[in-house]
Amino acid sequence: MKKLSCGPKTFAIAVSIFPMLLLAMHAGAGAQEKPLKIGVVTFLSGAAAGPFGVPAKQAGEVVVEALNAGGKVPGYGSKGMGGSSIELVFVDEAGGTTKQVTEYRNLIERVDLVIGYISSGDCLAVAPAAEEMRKLTILFDCGTPRVFEDATYKYVFRTGATSTMDNVAAALYISETNPNVKKIAGINQNYAWGQDSWSDFLAAMKVLKPGIEVATVQWPQLLSGQYGAEISALLSSGADVVHSSFWGGDMEAFVLQASPRGLFKKSTVVLTCGETGMYKLGSQVPDGTVIGARGPFDMFAPDTELNRWFRKAYQDKYGVPPTYPSYKMAQALLGLKSAYDKARSSNGNKAPGQDQVIAAFERISFEAPGGKVQMALGKGHQAVQGMVFGTVKHNGNQVTYVDVKTYPPDKVTPPEGVKAEDWIKSGFKSGK
Amino acid sequence: MTELLSVVVDAVIYSSWLFIIALGLTLIYGVMKILNMAHGSFYALGAYAAASLVGYWLGHGYPPLASYGMLVLAAILVGLITGPLVERGLLRFMYGKDEIILLLVTYALFLILEDSIKIIWGVNPYFISEPYGLLGVWDVAGLSYPFYNIILIAVSVLAGVGVAVVLQYTRPGKLLLAVIHDREVSMAMGINVNRFYMVTFTVGTMLAAIGGALTAPTVSVVPGMGVGVIVLAFAVVVIGGLGSLQGAALGALIVGLVRSAAVHYLPQVELFSIYVVMALVLIFRPKGLFAAAEVRKI
Repeated sequence: MKKLSCGPKTFAIAVSIFPMLLLAMHAGAGAQEKPLKIGVVTFLSGAAAGPFGVPAKQAGEVVVEALNAGGKVPGYGSKGMGGSSIELVFVDEAGGTTKQVTEYRNLIERVDLVIGYISSGDCLAVAPAAEEMRKLTILFDCGTPRVFEDATYKYVFRTGATSTMDNVAAALYISETNPNVKKIAGINQNYAWGQDSWSDFLAAMKVLKPGIEVATVQWPQLLSGQYGAEISALLSSGADVVHSSFWGGDMEAFVLQASPRGLFKKSTVVLTCGETGMYKLGSQVPDGTVIGARGPFDMFAPDTELNRWFRKAYQDKYGVPPTYPSYKMAQALLGLKSAYDKARSSNGNKAPGQDQVIAAFERISFEAPGGKVQMALGKGHQAVQGMVFGTVKHNGNQVTYVDVKTYPPDKVTPPEGVKAEDWIKSGFKSGK
Repeated sequence: MTELLSVVVDAVIYSSWLFIIALGLTLIYGVMKILNMAHGSFYALGAYAAASLVGYWLGHGYPPLASYGMLVLAAILVGLITGPLVERGLLRFMYGKDEIILLLVTYALFLILEDSIKIIWGVNPYFISEPYGLLGVWDVAGLSYPFYNIILIAVSVLAGVGVAVVLQYTRPGKLLLAVIHDREVSMAMGINVNRFYMVTFTVGTMLAAIGGALTAPTVSVVPGMGVGVIVLAFAVVVIGGLGSLQGAALGALIVGLVRSAAVHYLPQVELFSIYVVMALVLIFRPKGLFAAAEVRKI
């Protein structure tokens, strides 16, 4: 019998070497191919999903898709983050604060870091948990100034500015465009967001226009939707300016109910969160209404290549333009990318570890579709941006904005270590 | 004086809106002894169905004035479809069980319906505001009120009077009163109680849906719009007495007046003013204002 050219012993050796060869071939590539898993927590159900959560999720998808492809995002040509491709894991923020802390603890088992939280309550609860679990967490939207006023964090960053700037800028805008304002009124949802917004606005107005009179302050329940009596009270109050931090369905219901009754003609109405409703409701919002977009976003965003790319990419994919939650999500992702890329280049072009990313993120300055963002407060963990307000003017069928005023960050944000309330009361002292 | 007049006008508008919803709730409880937690979802279904139907109607250029009829039609359709489906398909199996079980079942139904609405219509808001401003405004006490509110008040009065007339003056109505009074004896007398239950539940659902449909032009129709409404409707029905028609009317009026007065004179207390009234009523009349004297059964 002729002996087989490859004896069993040789065969056994070959068989065992082959997988090792395969592994060796892929080992080099494998270390860089492990994707970066980012947990994204935002409202996917409930009243906040339509105006905030879903636009944020969609923006996340648009930006990550482009970053993974590489060379698409102006100013951010390199692929992925720090060399790794990005994978998003979405979690619904609905269900209350206690549930969210539990979800957070579960989520960080599956992901490398977390971006999220629209609700201020959730931010305040998750931040200490993030610090305890030592997981990089980026708060992208919530407005409460208390996150970095009440505590210092190593693992928590916020790439969006606080709500203080919304209402201080609103007060500055009103005192400039309505210099003869004597009486103001407010209609805000009766919970932390509405209460904080009104108190910041009122405090700022008292400093800018001493002797200002408060005609009436309405506190309807969150998600009430029926404002007949409140509108009557506002109409008969004779206020020159009405302030409202209403958002979502409440804001839209308020506009629909107040507009036919002439409230917008009788008083100048300031909607600090008005921007999200403008696409569907623009025709119902009368001339003279003051609109805010919680930052230099959407119609107030600067005309840069990055902004133009973002708007086009988002609109092409979803058929509607991006609103401020979309901008804030893009901002969080691009800020993170800047930090990752910076950390990677300091790490000899190897994928950086969490501590290196955190060190790179502190005090970083980066470009976003809304313009430049500086992580200037909270010991380098809290972003500051300018604030923009404009007045609605209809041009035929088109909604345009006139008297657009931009306020630089130092005019509308308290300095490091000073609480928003104290800063306003001191007359906006820049305090060094 | 003009301030007082506007308080009353606001109260009447708000009460009419509340009454339509509370009427359905109290009717269902009065006849079937079921506290329908899903009532708010039927309200929301009515709003969404109205938004879809009227949106289609106006989008295709049909006469805008007919959109009011479309609102009511949408609500009736919702009632006719979901009412019998829910009653025959789910509640029928629960009769005779403990009231707590029935409450849990209707609560589960509420949760299911809320998510179903999101599956069918998505999470984005719907707008059909044209009917609201179409009829213009009228001036009362120096303030403008859209004429649409007259329609709301008219429907509310019609619903209340209609139900009262049917109960008092028609044969089916009198049979229904017998069923309300004693289910077992009615069955023994040959009344088809099951059919009465189905019809009552359908009518109750229709009323909730009408409330939602009439509200749709004044708000943006969003998920979760039914939640706050259930709480308010409960407060009204508890104040008036569960199962009482006049109770629902009076309860709605009281809640409307208290809330309107709070909004005009002391807005900070508006949030709990209604519940303070409810608590006071329950302290002195634990079963509500119009609670029937209960015969103790041995």
